[in-house]
Amino acid sequence: MKRVYLREKIPTYIGNILVYGFLGFILIVTFIPLWNVFVLSLNDATDSMQGGFMLWPRKFSIDSYITVLSNPEIHSAAKVTILRTLIGIPYTVTIVSMTAYVLSKKNLIAKRAINFFFIFTMYFSGSLIPTYMVMKGLGLIDNFLVFILPLGMNVFWMILVRTFMEGLPDELEEAAQIEGANDIQIFLKIVIPICTPVLATIVLFVAIQQWNSWYDSYIYTYKPNLKTLPAVLVKILNQYQTKDMAATAKAATQGVTAESIRMATTMVATLPIIMIYPLLQKFFLKGMLLGAVKD
Amino acid sequence: MQATLKKIFKQRYLLLMLIPGMITVLLFSYGPMAGLYMAFIDYKPSLGNFWESFFGSPFVGLQWFKYFFSGQDFVRVLRNTLASSVLTLSFKFFVPILIAVALNEAKGKWFKRIVQTSSYLPYFISWVIASNIIITMLSSNGLVNQLLLGLGLIEESIPFLQTGKYFWGIIAVSNTWKDMGYDSIMYLAAIASINPGLFEAAKVDGAGRLKQIWYILLPMLKPTIIILLILNIGNLMNTGFDQFFMLGNATTMEYSDVIDTYSFRYGIQNGMFSYATAVSLFKSVVAFLLVVTCNGISKKMKSTTLF
Repeated sequence: MKRVYLREKIPTYIGNILVYGFLGFILIVTFIPLWNVFVLSLNDATDSMQGGFMLWPRKFSIDSYITVLSNPEIHSAAKVTILRTLIGIPYTVTIVSMTAYVLSKKNLIAKRAINFFFIFTMYFSGSLIPTYMVMKGLGLIDNFLVFILPLGMNVFWMILVRTFMEGLPDELEEAAQIEGANDIQIFLKIVIPICTPVLATIVLFVAIQQWNSWYDSYIYTYKPNLKTLPAVLVKILNQYQTKDMAATAKAATQGVTAESIRMATTMVATLPIIMIYPLLQKFFLKGMLLGAVKD
Repeated sequence: MQATLKKIFKQRYLLLMLIPGMITVLLFSYGPMAGLYMAFIDYKPSLGNFWESFFGSPFVGLQWFKYFFSGQDFVRVLRNTLASSVLTLSFKFFVPILIAVALNEAKGKWFKRIVQTSSYLPYFISWVIASNIIITMLSSNGLVNQLLLGLGLIEESIPFLQTGKYFWGIIAVSNTWKDMGYDSIMYLAAIASINPGLFEAAKVDGAGRLKQIWYILLPMLKPTIIILLILNIGNLMNTGFDQFFMLGNATTMEYSDVIDTYSFRYGIQNGMFSYATAVSLFKSVVAFLLVVTCNGISKKMKSTTLF
């Protein structure tokens, strides 16, 4: 009796070691890199140059943050990034949800053609240079609107919202129609309030996209006062990549190095994402599964 | 005719609501597509304003394409594009399946939650931030080198990001690191939809955990795995731009230069607008054909294997 028990138990032990070992490994490789940057950003810069693994700052210092946060370039970049996020959210959510509502109508005229018109853009793009030329032709170079207008429509998100709207019972709208409400009134007063969960997901999508965008600021703007936080970070990264390590180390002044500035800027740009992360996990994942079921 | 007009009138508010979305797509998606005409002319910015140059520049037909295909760069950038994306796919594809299976086997709600929360995080940060983190990890006194030194596996620090032959591997691992948690969600959802009765029946028949995974879990996941694999193959040409732009540098150029970065460099930095457009048009067309073919195959399989 006892022998059978043991024979059954041993594979269970091995299985457990494999399962928990693997998951532990995943936990470490996803968490430690970000944590390490966080610790380095809070550690004294000259001390960091000695190397060595730290789970906690060895010599606590917020000098890097003070330098970063008192830099006018970062101030301006943060302002632009916050502004584009705040303006971009209502703009994009409005256009996406309106388009989704229209396309969710079963009896829409020329529905197939209109659908194709939008879907095709998911598969084929005009690529970098022609896009640049379009921005130039529209006068969007060095213009704040280049952060807002091109991002107004996103077909993938539109499909997510449309799928949700298609699942709503028809009776809701029919009742309002009988009372003489037109499509715009129905959309605003009936459809939008019911769609709050999926629209919340879209708000987060837009917020993340706006906050993380570097490319448009990097390519379509030249004025320093239109550079976004990620674009400044790309510039810092490029400088770092072209310099060699020795030169970086020599630049140490008053407990701050180019390296520690890079860490602190990275953390400043990451912090808002971490702050809304619980929300993200809830809505983002739901949104993804919603799309997966329908596709 | 009259019926159509009547319908249009009846749906006038709907059509009104469609305008902003259509204009946005028309300007920023179809506009650039029309601009692909640039690939067939010798665009000269000196001819005046944009429109004068656009219509005034001489038509050169396929000259830029011939120039691209006959040059040495073509083989190099195509090799880099395909090598890094095939390597990425072969690595990035299996890890999420392992994560989902392991999460399904593990007990302990809080432990699973922590693992999931942590593994999704890299997906939400941008490549700018991710690259900063990766560069920090791989630098000469970064964590990876310290670990290898500490274990006595190497004598001195390896300059990972300055060594060309490591580049494709770094891209593959970075892509996997960033997306593996998020990609595992799809498999977790598929596992959750398996009838638990199947596992119980297997248990009664005396199947252990490994046998349950091998004979029930994986066969049930097979349709999802195959479809995601085909969709991933469809995206082989779409390597992404950010990670190559940020992790690559002058020392690794031989291996890190993909079609997108190549076109970016020639277009934005060297001002060869027409040539850069031709290069990216080639990529767009190949990517489009690949995606459409693979989507078609996956749709066919969905209807035969899933339902």
